[in-house]
Amino acid sequence: MGKIWRISGPLVIADDMKGSQVYEIVEIGDEGLVGEIIGLEGNKAIIQAHEDTLGLKTGEVVRGTGRILSAELGPGLVGSIYDGLQKSLLTLAENTGSFIKRGAKALALSRDKKWQFTPKVKVGDAVSEGDIIGTVPETNLIEHRIMVPVGTKGIVKEIRTGDYTVEEPIARVEHDGEVKELTLMQEWPVRKPRPYKQRLDPSGLLTTGMRILDYMFPLALGGKASIPGGFGTGKTVALQQLARWAQTHLNIYVGCGERGNEMADVLYSFRKLKEPNTGRLLQEKEIFIANTSNMPVVAREASIFVGITMAEYFRDMGYDVLLVADSTSRWAEAMREMGGRLEEMPGEEGFPSYLGSRLSSFYERAGMVECLGSPERKGSVTVAGAVSPPGADFSEPVTQNTIRIIDALYALDVSLANKRHFPAISWLTSYSLYVDAVKDWWEKVDPGWDNTRATALRILQQEAELEEIVRLVGPEALPEDDKLLLLTARMIREDFLQQSAYHEVDTYCVPAKAGLMLKTIIKFYELAQDMLSSGAGIEEVRSSPIVYRISRMKEIPNDTFEQKAKELWSEMEKGLVARKGGIS
Amino acid sequence: MNISSLYVKEGRAINKAKGALIIAESIPGIKFNEIVDVQLSSGEIKTGQAIDISEEATIIQVFGGVSEVDLIGSKVRCKGETLKLPVSIDILGRIFNGMGEPIDGAPLIIPEDYLDINGRPINPASRQPPAEFIETGISAIDGLNALVRGQKLPIFSGSGLPHNRIAAQIIRQAIVKGKEEKFALVFGAIGISYDDASFFIRNLERTGALEKTVAFINTASDPVIERISTPRLALTAAAYLAWKQDMHVLVVLTDMTNYCEALRELSSMREEIPSRRGYPGYMYTDLATMYERAGRIFGKEGSVTIMPILTMPDDDITHPIPDLTGYITEGQIVLSRTLERKGIYPPIDVFLSLSRMMKEGIGPGKTREDHNNVFMQSYAAYSEGCYLREISTIIGAEALGERDKIYLANADEFEKKFISQGEFEKRKVEDTLDIAWRLFSALPEEDLKLISEKFIKRYLPKYSRKT
Ligand SMILES: Nc1ncnc2c1ncn2[C@@H]1O[C@H](COP(=O)(O)OP(=O)(O)O)[C@@H](O)[C@H]1O
Ligand SMILES: [Mg+2]
Repeated sequence: MGKIWRISGPLVIADDMKGSQVYEIVEIGDEGLVGEIIGLEGNKAIIQAHEDTLGLKTGEVVRGTGRILSAELGPGLVGSIYDGLQKSLLTLAENTGSFIKRGAKALALSRDKKWQFTPKVKVGDAVSEGDIIGTVPETNLIEHRIMVPVGTKGIVKEIRTGDYTVEEPIARVEHDGEVKELTLMQEWPVRKPRPYKQRLDPSGLLTTGMRILDYMFPLALGGKASIPGGFGTGKTVALQQLARWAQTHLNIYVGCGERGNEMADVLYSFRKLKEPNTGRLLQEKEIFIANTSNMPVVAREASIFVGITMAEYFRDMGYDVLLVADSTSRWAEAMREMGGRLEEMPGEEGFPSYLGSRLSSFYERAGMVECLGSPERKGSVTVAGAVSPPGADFSEPVTQNTIRIIDALYALDVSLANKRHFPAISWLTSYSLYVDAVKDWWEKVDPGWDNTRATALRILQQEAELEEIVRLVGPEALPEDDKLLLLTARMIREDFLQQSAYHEVDTYCVPAKAGLMLKTIIKFYELAQDMLSSGAGIEEVRSSPIVYRISRMKEIPNDTFEQKAKELWSEMEKGLVARKGGIS
Repeated sequence: MNISSLYVKEGRAINKAKGALIIAESIPGIKFNEIVDVQLSSGEIKTGQAIDISEEATIIQVFGGVSEVDLIGSKVRCKGETLKLPVSIDILGRIFNGMGEPIDGAPLIIPEDYLDINGRPINPASRQPPAEFIETGISAIDGLNALVRGQKLPIFSGSGLPHNRIAAQIIRQAIVKGKEEKFALVFGAIGISYDDASFFIRNLERTGALEKTVAFINTASDPVIERISTPRLALTAAAYLAWKQDMHVLVVLTDMTNYCEALRELSSMREEIPSRRGYPGYMYTDLATMYERAGRIFGKEGSVTIMPILTMPDDDITHPIPDLTGYITEGQIVLSRTLERKGIYPPIDVFLSLSRMMKEGIGPGKTREDHNNVFMQSYAAYSEGCYLREISTIIGAEALGERDKIYLANADEFEKKFISQGEFEKRKVEDTLDIAWRLFSALPEEDLKLISEKFIKRYLPKYSRKT
């Protein structure tokens, strides 16, 4: 047991700490604040406090726990709301009221709740790490697969069936004469990636229901993406939409140094909204971490690692997991603050020189893997992180270091957001390197996808080039076919890319609908080109009732869209403008 | 009380011309961040704060101008306390300074409690999503950037722009109305001129709202250090009124730019590594711990709504002060010098303005069913018009096509009829929406694609002037 020797903000130095380990968790002071040893010098331990140090005194005790920062993993995670250290916020609210009291403890998993365990192995079976020995129906959407912890193997001596708490033994495994009891719960040190058999390339579309992502800049299962943007450009809404509608087994929403009211909104809406395929409540496939901006700064870093550890754990069961983190910049700022206290040599803009490597130690934990153990299975963790660049200037260190790591960039544009074009994802600067990884997937849903996609992007690119001319000579001075191109580009932007998160139908667009929508616009373009070449003017095209019909496509529900689109196509083919004989 | 004698080490603080740090011997029992009295060699007493404590030394930052000479031979007296505000319901109608002492000549209040001015974070799981519309009577706010109870919505202004008049109008029109409900206003003046402070106080007096107000006043001539405590005192009073007295509290803080400047000054005295433009790297967190005190809480009647006012240095919204604020608050109302020059009051730039909590506060049963659609369509039409205005400055408006000319004219109308209104004009939200429909009626009907067809049928015919 040591004692506090120095306090400077979240930095605490304790004396008489011989025998401690770097990364060991300690309890600081009379209130037992959580801290983590980040360095040792002689008898002194350098500690980062994960809770507010205001009012601490020198001489107060510091207790080592012998543990390192770990996450509890087991039934009860899904639907929970945690702080950055995986304390259950609902438990805290019950015990200490609406305001957070530092030092208050709340375990991640309930010790009282019984879970119904059904074994998948029998006595005499040989098992080893990662093997699924049984299941627990955790929610209606998630079957919790109980795995042999990493580092354990042997012969099953006993396996139980029935209702157990996370601490009661459900199996005994013997190896070399040593018997180990297994429970529904295990722990894992959050800074250490969980092992797998083999890493695979990201593949298959992570369907988000957002057209500009799914169709234009797809995210693959196991991929890593970043959403940088100034304030108010739509980072949070985009991540919330991902966490809501992504067609994954489980989503983890990490609110890291952001707003409390936003978190309240997320929590509230997930208790009301239904998963589109099953009609079950969204919170049955979601874990929340809420470490808001007014909560202790140092815990922001922990929150990200706690989140990714839980994601890997569900990946290891064979699930596709999505983790969204809002915002990684706040986490980087916490690192900067700690670095400053330690008087480290600052790098760019005061950030520590290890900013890049720390960011990649997070993003690199995304991926598609072949899981440990049997039965054979694949699982994936997909990561999407928001970046909040000061002054919306992407040249700053966090954005730049992140862009080097990720493979899909959704760059948010302030001028689009100001015009309320949402999602304000720039089609000119965003990119995805997963186009090839999802090509097979798309070909099955929407044959010719890569062609349609390329055509649309080309039209938008040409629009941007024409825009400069328009500014000089005005839109009327352009030749007719350029005017048509501008009209089509506008349709792609407003009637396809623009998608309100708050429209009851349009909030989630199935890929098949997205494909048909865009193909309809392109078809219109082709027909209109024919019309122009047979002597019609752009005004005639513009006044076509089809233009209006296309502008209302978004509102058509996913399930009736195909039918409605067919009708629209057959009308279009009769002629864009109601004229005798029509144009074809 | 502990009194320990000090010695001044040769150190970084002391070599400086304006060193404000003293390195004292270790003071047993002193708390981290505690506020202390420093008795200078001259006998004068200054306030300080223990910013780094250890068994070897205590580093104290002394506030206000001090010379090193004065520091030698000074003494530190610690109270074993962090700053607390005495509270009771009698704080209503009172005026305090930036240390929480009454300056209105009336006697001290008899406290029911002493509250730590830093407060404690609201448990995110205990927060109730804000969803109650506050009618300010200003179209550009109610119609396009609606304010809800529990929100933190700042005004980003520039020097010389009418932010004080707008804030006073909001206070007048939004707060004073409810006699039945329990409302309170907390006003925090931070480093503003005496005239500006008394403008607010007079306004409150005139509308009879002063008795429902608690004011904390730190004027430009008051100590800089008290700019750090003023907003915290205001928010602590607000928290008390909202969570203990079940009141709906609006907190107006002006000018938060002065707060941020004070924070920068203290940070540079501490020789901390500065972040962008000299502001400390923790400014985001520092501001967030204050603004996050806004909200609603499950099981509690009251609410805290915060409207900070700040002036953007050089009208630059990317300056760290507005930038970090915008990253924390739930939107911003931005004032525009261009509109001001056109004679438009209130000169609200609706493109840069945003209310992130609006969608929960509007709609059927709250404002009107068509509100969200009207909001989206107004933005689409106005931004189209503004884009054309930009183009037409080069090529001339005559060179535009017929459709474009309609949009161009519509943007001007929008500024004159919708954004612009009287300083004492209180528009009902229905009136605001009706103005928007009247403007829509001049546009081609098939362009109203952000409005659902059923609303077009229901509302448009009323306003069509087609003959
Ligand atoms: N997809 C969207 N659909 C509709 N509105 C959106 C969308 N994305 C963003 N918005 C609007 O923009 C505001 C700011 O978005 P938000 O995600 O909170 O920005 P950021 O996190 O980048 O600061 C939201 O409150 C909402 O009004
Ligand atoms: Mg955000």
